[in-house]
Amino acid sequence: MSLVVRTLALVLAVTAAGLAHAQGADPKVLRIVPHSNLNILDPIWTTQYMARNHGYMIYDTLFGTDEKSQVKPQMVDTWTVSPDNRLWTFTLRPGLEFHDGVPVTGEDAIASIQRWGKRDAMGQKLMTFVERMDSPNPKTFRIFLREACGFVLEALGKPSSNVPFIMPKRVAETPADKQIEDYIGSGPYVFKRDEFKPGDKAVYVKNAKYVPRKEAPSGTAGGKYVYIDRVEWNLALRDAQAQVNALAKGEVDIIERPAFESYEQLRKADGVQIVNKDPLGFQYMGRFNHLQPPFNNQKVRQAALAAMAQEPFLRAQVGVKEFYRSCPSMFTCNTPYGSPKGSDIQSKSNMKKAQELLKASGYDGTPVVILKPTDLAAIQKLPDVAAQLLRQAGFKVDLQAMDWNTVVTRRAKKDPPAQGGWNIFLTAWVAPDIWNPLTNAAVGADGEKSWFGWPKDEALEKLRDQFARETDDAKKKTLAEAIQARAFEVATHAPLGEYINPLAARKNVSGFVIGPGDIYWNLKKN
Amino acid sequence: MWAFLARRLAATIPVLLVVAVLVFLMLRLTPGDPAAILAGDAATTEQIAAIRASLGLDRPLPAQFAIWFANLLAGDLGESFYFRMKVTALIGQRLEPTLALATLTIVIAVAVAVPLGVAAAWRFGGWLDRALMGFSVLGFSVPVFVLAYILIYVVSLKLGWLPVQGYQRLADGFGPFLRHLILPAITLSVVYIALIARVTRASVLEALGEDYIRTARAKGLPELRVLVRHALANAAVPIATVIGIGVALLIGGVVVTESVYAIPGLGRLTVDAVLARDFPTIQGVILFFSFAYVLVNLVVDLSYVFFDPRIRY
Repeated sequence: MSLVVRTLALVLAVTAAGLAHAQGADPKVLRIVPHSNLNILDPIWTTQYMARNHGYMIYDTLFGTDEKSQVKPQMVDTWTVSPDNRLWTFTLRPGLEFHDGVPVTGEDAIASIQRWGKRDAMGQKLMTFVERMDSPNPKTFRIFLREACGFVLEALGKPSSNVPFIMPKRVAETPADKQIEDYIGSGPYVFKRDEFKPGDKAVYVKNAKYVPRKEAPSGTAGGKYVYIDRVEWNLALRDAQAQVNALAKGEVDIIERPAFESYEQLRKADGVQIVNKDPLGFQYMGRFNHLQPPFNNQKVRQAALAAMAQEPFLRAQVGVKEFYRSCPSMFTCNTPYGSPKGSDIQSKSNMKKAQELLKASGYDGTPVVILKPTDLAAIQKLPDVAAQLLRQAGFKVDLQAMDWNTVVTRRAKKDPPAQGGWNIFLTAWVAPDIWNPLTNAAVGADGEKSWFGWPKDEALEKLRDQFARETDDAKKKTLAEAIQARAFEVATHAPLGEYINPLAARKNVSGFVIGPGDIYWNLKKN
Repeated sequence: MWAFLARRLAATIPVLLVVAVLVFLMLRLTPGDPAAILAGDAATTEQIAAIRASLGLDRPLPAQFAIWFANLLAGDLGESFYFRMKVTALIGQRLEPTLALATLTIVIAVAVAVPLGVAAAWRFGGWLDRALMGFSVLGFSVPVFVLAYILIYVVSLKLGWLPVQGYQRLADGFGPFLRHLILPAITLSVVYIALIARVTRASVLEALGEDYIRTARAKGLPELRVLVRHALANAAVPIATVIGIGVALLIGGVVVTESVYAIPGLGRLTVDAVLARDFPTIQGVILFFSFAYVLVNLVVDLSYVFFDPRIRY
């Protein structure tokens, strides 16, 4: 018995010592709760946003996009364009080195662009114009175009997936259908591969050799200054309430995308601030399957578009009024190509009009199968709203619940809904992914080669092609409006409004960079 | 004894074989495509097909099974589609948090439940007995996450005694390791306390009705010795069985607790793998669980020898 008592006393003593151990927050360590798990480390191989964010930590880009959506040089120091817009010559900034100390050269840039150009839709489009690339000296590389195109810098400065990150040539020569296994970059942080535990944590340390640009940081452009020695991504903390508790107690410093239900609690928590560092935010979208009835009928699609007013979706899914806005544009509002052109069919519609359109379309009562993900809180409520609105318009609706993996599997199928296909799925995009006619996959109308939904419209494709070739900014804007107007007419998809998801952080964290995406340089912790 | 051990271990082989075949088939028959998730939202159908081919998922099912099984026989559980890590390494990383949580939970549960159960049986029908019965109903009824949030609110947020979340590895220090485990272990232990206490009570109650207990009391033995050395010792077999079941369930991962407390354990790994259709990881983890269950049952069966000298293998 005395042994038991002695053992118990020892355990209690150790426990008390452990309890008394004050784990103070290290001001040089930033603890972030990202919006999802990091499972793929190759940001060219996948379009997942977590892989993109990982890429921004350890890689750099030739160009960046600032908070005003303007493309600015990043790794590039100067560049010239020939009078016929066919020869682009880029010179890299001095002092650029990979994490292993090897200087970045033009050959690295070319290999990286080539690999990215095999995976990314905009990159693939760019490559159709590229005749060849070369590097006449280590600091310079050139792109020779078969014909002029108007989006070289927009492509190289693309802020969202897939971002044309620059990797060492030996890494970039990894076949595009295989993942890289070497995570050396030239970015502001170094990835600590030995400390990476999938589903637990990812660790990045400051790249002491990184030479930032002298300008102030803005979006993914400007100087990438690092004041933190170590960044830890907490990949295990996924419960929304647990995230709020951890932030309130100071066990983490930043929650990247709190659940909308959490903001009320976060606002009241001591020492917590809400930061809107990405004012452009995201856009919801409802996509029609153009191959299968009833949405293989343009008039039926238009009726559905007319029924799907944006406000109900935003109210249901976001709920916090100051965080959402209607946007009568397929290209993000408040960006160069955002415009209400052609959107009347949706933005100036009402349920009565939708019902009339449906009646006039000859709709035969074919059920509309809507895919509803049950495990993705970010878009979970959208399908229910879509089902209700379409029913009110006169559609017969079959709302099918499943997990997200099943949704992404089914949406890739071109079969009829009864054989595992679909009619509508809903999703959300970050602003840069949809802000111009070339990045916006939903306005592509090349039939079965297009993004899921597979719309086919030669007029739309012709306009997009013209946009790709146009080098005059004013004409590009006019073309973008024409593309949007046509896309609304064809009813490629239904834009369902925009929202922001501000991060929550401890008040002792400052220096947040305004711009699209999740950016973790320039941050200070007092 | 050794022959018994050898027989039991040999018996695990057909069990694991059946599990392997069933899991493999069930995964391939359920809807979902790992290639679609890997590719990301903006991928085209062609890109998804290319990824599927690179993972070998476009091969006929028998071919996929043959490859996987051949690797399995060589001790290779395969590589995760997502993490590009060996499944054995992934399981290895998650093993410490899971085992640590399971161990502390069971230690707390047994340390609290067994004395409570014995006391309740000793004072059958009294206030302690009734209180225990009431507590066990609560213990079974209250969802784990509700209890977790209550404990976090009171102990972590209001009193500030313990962390809200996270897991610290033992290598980082015993104190922090224990601090992070106490609340999750207490949360989980409640239902096991309820279960083990009830079984203990019933089992000890039955033992207390035996003649040898009357004899022990008649001989003038102290009541505590009667309860522990005679009643509890003879009631131990069913209690050990329930504890063994509890250990097996805990090793299988407790995903709700792991999610609330952000513990990177096997439960979370399994759920993430299932949602992502990470076939190699799901297959590997389920095989590991099957083997663990078999092993735990074997240990429990062997423990009977210590509790009941009449049992010999």
